[in-house]
Amino acid sequence: MAAATGGGGAVGAALRDASIAGLIALGLSIFMIGLRTEATAGGLTIATRWPAVALVGVVVFGGRLLMNLFVWQSAQRATARAARPAKATRSVPWLGKAFGIAMLALAVALPVLLPQLMPDKNRYVLDLGILVLTYVMLGWGLNIVVGLAGLLDLGYVAFYAVGAYSYALLALNFDLSFWACLPLAGLLAATWGVVLGFPVLRLRGDYLAIVTLAFGEIIRVVLLNWFTVTGGPDGLSRIPRPSFFGLEFDRSDAGFAAFFGLEFSPMHRIVFLYYLILALAMLTFVVTNRLRRLPVGRAWEALREDEIACRSLGLNTTTTKLSAFSIGAMFGGFAGAFFATRQGFISPESFTFIESAVILAIVVLGGLGSQIGVVIAALVMIGGFEVFRNLEEYRMLVFGVSMVLIMIWKPRGLISRRVPTVFLKERKAIDASMVAQGEGH
Amino acid sequence: MATAATTDAGAVLRVEHMTMRFGGLLAVDDLSFDVRRGEITALIGPNGAGKTTVFNCITGFYKPTEGRLTMRRGDGSHWLLERMPDFRIARHARVARTFQNIRLFGGMTVLENLMVAQHVALMHASWYSVAGLLGMLRYRRAERAAVARASYWLDKIGLTERADDPAADLPYGDQRRLEIARAMCTGPELLCLDEPAAGLNPRESAALNELLLSIREVDKTSVLLIEHDMSVVMGISDHIVVLDYGRKIADGTPQQVREDHAVIAAYLGVEEDEETEALREVEQEARP
Repeated sequence: MAAATGGGGAVGAALRDASIAGLIALGLSIFMIGLRTEATAGGLTIATRWPAVALVGVVVFGGRLLMNLFVWQSAQRATARAARPAKATRSVPWLGKAFGIAMLALAVALPVLLPQLMPDKNRYVLDLGILVLTYVMLGWGLNIVVGLAGLLDLGYVAFYAVGAYSYALLALNFDLSFWACLPLAGLLAATWGVVLGFPVLRLRGDYLAIVTLAFGEIIRVVLLNWFTVTGGPDGLSRIPRPSFFGLEFDRSDAGFAAFFGLEFSPMHRIVFLYYLILALAMLTFVVTNRLRRLPVGRAWEALREDEIACRSLGLNTTTTKLSAFSIGAMFGGFAGAFFATRQGFISPESFTFIESAVILAIVVLGGLGSQIGVVIAALVMIGGFEVFRNLEEYRMLVFGVSMVLIMIWKPRGLISRRVPTVFLKERKAIDASMVAQGEGH
Repeated sequence: MATAATTDAGAVLRVEHMTMRFGGLLAVDDLSFDVRRGEITALIGPNGAGKTTVFNCITGFYKPTEGRLTMRRGDGSHWLLERMPDFRIARHARVARTFQNIRLFGGMTVLENLMVAQHVALMHASWYSVAGLLGMLRYRRAERAAVARASYWLDKIGLTERADDPAADLPYGDQRRLEIARAMCTGPELLCLDEPAAGLNPRESAALNELLLSIREVDKTSVLLIEHDMSVVMGISDHIVVLDYGRKIADGTPQQVREDHAVIAAYLGVEEDEETEALREVEQEARP
């Protein structure tokens, strides 16, 4: 769109420049790549690799063209852009909504489609899906604290741990079912959210980040050392698996398969777990989305923008911060309970700082406050990490480099536009450059 | 005594013997004045006279070292502001304020800014989010009323066209007016404005005068303002309080203040002994 208004000249120049670069690359690679001497029985022979030469030419041409069009804007385009008034708002594209619906439809259909598409990788992909959805849910939960209220929380994994251990301990000691434990786990995590919230209320910026980081570590160290209750480094095992309204996923006559007259398959449980985390994640999404449009959500965002102004308008910043911490923590607790029931075994090893960092990276990469952004970032970070599995030790390197590149390309995250919560005539998205980032960024 | 009682009935805010010390610095020294109901009161004085400190004490951002600040609301209730945290002053005593350096929620739209100002009422209507989460009629009705109130103010400050644009995107003068509208959306009985005309051109300044007069007449809100722009101060104030070095040097109608020796001395600058002379005169008047 911008290139088109900039005139055909800019595109023409970019094409010309890219063609020259492509031809140079082609000329060079004829000798450097296209011709190769090989030692054979009768001495040296020349082998040719023309397809590789053609590929180099195309890649250089394409890359140069893209860079010309989108990265290195010519002087003419820069002036054209400067002359145009900075555009802070754009009409909300229907694209975002359509994309969200498509993603949800795909997520719902995945367990049905998979056996048809790739029967041999069915279980692996579904497990990966469960993992990605867990991180999506955690990302959405943390997004309340970091993205909306603008309070940088480096210890979010603590609430995940509280949820997981709450479920495990309640189920093991009191024989409560998963469905009874789930709200309790959320409630306990929310309580710990308030407990963490109190000391950090007065803190700003880096200090806030340091205290939340310490809180995450304290929880982990307590879990590690309170041997009599948590089992210390051995963790807790034989955590009950979730049942389908009382029907266990086993071979017995009272099991899920027998009840519905199906042939027993271990996949039933995986599919059930998949839909369970999908439902929990969607619950997080719907509640967060609604809260954002309510006074409390607006207060969170106003707090991120300017705390002093909030106080001058009669907002109690203490309760506003605590509500953000506790609701964010509650969803972390739900996700933790799910994690415990899925794994059947938990230990402090699963709740290290790196988990907090990954969840925070998902939120930041996705764009602070953006729900769709979190989904994309979780797919890229968790799913992408799996895709690069055969790169072995270079995996971390690829991962790190790609994160750096994304942050250079989109410093405010992949989806960096804020959608207003209320409008008079037209809902226009707000550019990230206008939006404050809150404390500790 | 009788006259004291009548002025007492008319005071919306009464400041008595207020002193504010920052370590060794005496920012406000034994200041007493009244803001009368339904009037525009201006607080003026040279730079560093302690005007913003007085504001911060009234709105709870600072706690005065000594003194009493009484807010009398229209319903007859009394609020001792020096004992209340800032957000309670805005919420219960109904004192709203703006800031010298504009503090809007830049990344939120103009309308959202005005909605945040109505947080307390909306939060109550949403039953602390429960009714809101369930999408109950009760909350939706309250939200519609809040939007209507915001529209009234948008209309009044002439920003209806820009309601859905981010506040940070507005020109400076519009941001000033929006901040006033946002403060008014909290439903205050006393509006405190910290240099509302700073950085405005003469036309915008005249529009501001109109707006403040309308707030006094139509919305029946008392106004206390700090201002350097004399066209605003002399044009619209009913009552002026002059501060210098944290002390009140004059208090009266614009006409009285304009002719006051101490004020002229403080503003135009005179030889030091002349100024002490003038100040001594003021003190003698104050202590009959």
